[in-house]
Amino acid sequence: MNKIWLIIQREYSTRVKNKRFLLLTFLMPLLIVGMIAASTYLSITGVEQRKIAVVDPNGFIKNSLKNTSQISFSFPANVDTTNYQKQGFTDILIIPKFDGDKKTNYILRSKKSMGLMLQESITNKINSAIEDQMLQDAGIHQNVLDSIHKAAQFAELKAYEDKGNTSKESNASLAMGIGYASGLLIYITMFIYGTMVMRGVMEEKTNRIAEVIISSVKPFELMMGKIIGIGAVGLTQFLLWIVLIISLTSAAAGFLPADVQHQLTSLQQNNGQMAGGMMQASESAVKIYNFQHTIATANWPLIIGCFIFYFLGGYLFYAALFAAVGSTVNEDPQDAQSLMFPITMPLILSYLITNMVTQNPNTPIAFWASIIPFSSPMVMMARVAYGVPSAVSYWELILSMLVLIAGFIFTTWLSGRIYRTGILLYGKKVTWKTLIKWAFVKG
Amino acid sequence: MDALLSLQNLRKYYATQKAVDDISFTIERGSIFGLLGPNGAGKTTLLRMITGIFYPDGGDIILDGRPFDALNDIQKIGYMPEERGLYKKMKIGEQALYLAQLKGLSKAEATEKIKYWFKKFEMESWWNKKVEDLSKGMSQKLQFVITVLHEPKLIILDEPFSGLDPVNANLIKDEIYALAKKGATIIFSTHRMEQVEEICDHIVLVNLGKKILDGSVAGIKQQYKQNIFSIETEAGVALPTNTAYVIVKTESNKTFVKINEGFNANDLLKQLITQNIQVVGFNEVLPSLNDIFINLVEGTHANARAFQNS
Repeated sequence: MNKIWLIIQREYSTRVKNKRFLLLTFLMPLLIVGMIAASTYLSITGVEQRKIAVVDPNGFIKNSLKNTSQISFSFPANVDTTNYQKQGFTDILIIPKFDGDKKTNYILRSKKSMGLMLQESITNKINSAIEDQMLQDAGIHQNVLDSIHKAAQFAELKAYEDKGNTSKESNASLAMGIGYASGLLIYITMFIYGTMVMRGVMEEKTNRIAEVIISSVKPFELMMGKIIGIGAVGLTQFLLWIVLIISLTSAAAGFLPADVQHQLTSLQQNNGQMAGGMMQASESAVKIYNFQHTIATANWPLIIGCFIFYFLGGYLFYAALFAAVGSTVNEDPQDAQSLMFPITMPLILSYLITNMVTQNPNTPIAFWASIIPFSSPMVMMARVAYGVPSAVSYWELILSMLVLIAGFIFTTWLSGRIYRTGILLYGKKVTWKTLIKWAFVKG
Repeated sequence: MDALLSLQNLRKYYATQKAVDDISFTIERGSIFGLLGPNGAGKTTLLRMITGIFYPDGGDIILDGRPFDALNDIQKIGYMPEERGLYKKMKIGEQALYLAQLKGLSKAEATEKIKYWFKKFEMESWWNKKVEDLSKGMSQKLQFVITVLHEPKLIILDEPFSGLDPVNANLIKDEIYALAKKGATIIFSTHRMEQVEEICDHIVLVNLGKKILDGSVAGIKQQYKQNIFSIETEAGVALPTNTAYVIVKTESNKTFVKINEGFNANDLLKQLITQNIQVVGFNEVLPSLNDIFINLVEGTHANARAFQNS
């Protein structure tokens, strides 16, 4: 036991001290936060200005096409498709003669092709302009129309889930997001840390240090020490990511203007309403409050608890298999590819099932895939995000966990048998048939 | 006789072949023992059983008077495999420390011993270097130090001199003698016969999984001698034919003769004296281990087996 501890320490410390580990650990959260910031920034400023010349023989649309930050409309005379660019316009919109209720085609010609979003927003603008015009033609006064527009509210669906006497706010898109993200994260880490175990075993074998070490410790101790050491590296990385992301977000919150922060505190204290006597909360404060409120509806202790369990369980399950493959590889890393295939295939398949399950957590496939240990770490995480016991009952969760524990005990046992033969065998190409023989036939 | 290690009817069978087939021998405490054999003879399998890496299918290993118990006896053994193995990216000091701790030394003990050996072999400046920065000979030295660091009673060296320059080879050789003098027993596995003749007290030759030769180097040479003598004469004098011997070959002033059945060395000299031949030198020529080795192994299917799985 003392020796396996030494092996764990070595595997852990050589990797954690490695520059690549530090880089990945500290750059990843920065990269994620940076990407979000960059895409937000680009969506605000990066969009080009379009100056659109409108040829409108009917004349009634002129009042209704409103300029936005990205698009400005103008209605010059003597503009046509041949000369709009010379006059400084980026596009020309030609409106056909309007005749009653027939669907008509509007033609837009541009110097540079227009994005789908922009096209859609122009279509919407034209439609609402026509609608307004028709309403006015039907006798509704402009003032009435304006006041209706102002007062119109958009409906927002608020879903609650019933739990005995209490009902709790639920949010399907949040569940989907959490389920997808945790499934994806487990899938990626399974691959990264699984192949890390495999490469570590291959290194020891091709360096021939395995033989030196195995004359001091049992092969099984060497294998388990490696698996546990690398698993601890993975866990360390997760914890650092969580700490970093939390501190980065709270640091970002510190940059909010003072009045927004003030309003936000007020919203938090009064359950989404501004305290009496205070002025209306600004849009950004409401947005941030809603975001925080939505995030808070998820059952975080359960999700994080399950995530750590399924990460460790899935990791132990797959890492043992990767170690077995590593032990059979000779000098040629190409050999690893073909032997890895039967391990990577269920991983990829589980990821695909996870994608399906995030949208529909209660199909029979979802159920079985969350019990079978090959896929349960990813699929069960996707389902757990929808809530326990509302989407996944307790017995399902416990069964899935027990099967996963039994699964990794089995793969570890199996791999231990393959490993102790493979690690000392050189110069022989190994097939799956011989592996099965090693595992089951010889005592 | 005080035996450190005794193998009794040891067997290890693989699916396709008998890697070690009923081998028994005894190694005395403090001796330097040579385990010889062509490639694929079963040497590595035998050594792996002695180091506890493999379990024998049959037979017994008695170490230090008690049946071998891999779990506890591992500490009494230092094993240097033929293919050297070290972590390339790990610092040398840390690596030596790690491997010594795996052998059961405490950290303080291990550090002290590493410092002693590093000083002795002038390797002190290596502590923070990585193995990938070392030449082949240097990493060989390091591997030797790691093998003997925990003061094992039994040191097993598989081809310890390959890749070493003469200076470092002598350094290691002297160290082997010193360790044996201090009471360690050394098993030396090789197929370089001149080293065996020089170093070993006792040898065993295995071929195709079986022991075919066992004894002291001098004893074996006596056993396999062919009664060949070299007679040195003055320049230009040719040996006459004689009833006592047959000429095997002639090298300038030296003539090699094989004494015929029923005669001995004195009969030969008597005849030469009566024939008035001036003898300048007279020596018995013992066969080299290399010759004995080749004689015994040639004609078997040793080489064919080397390419099957070991």
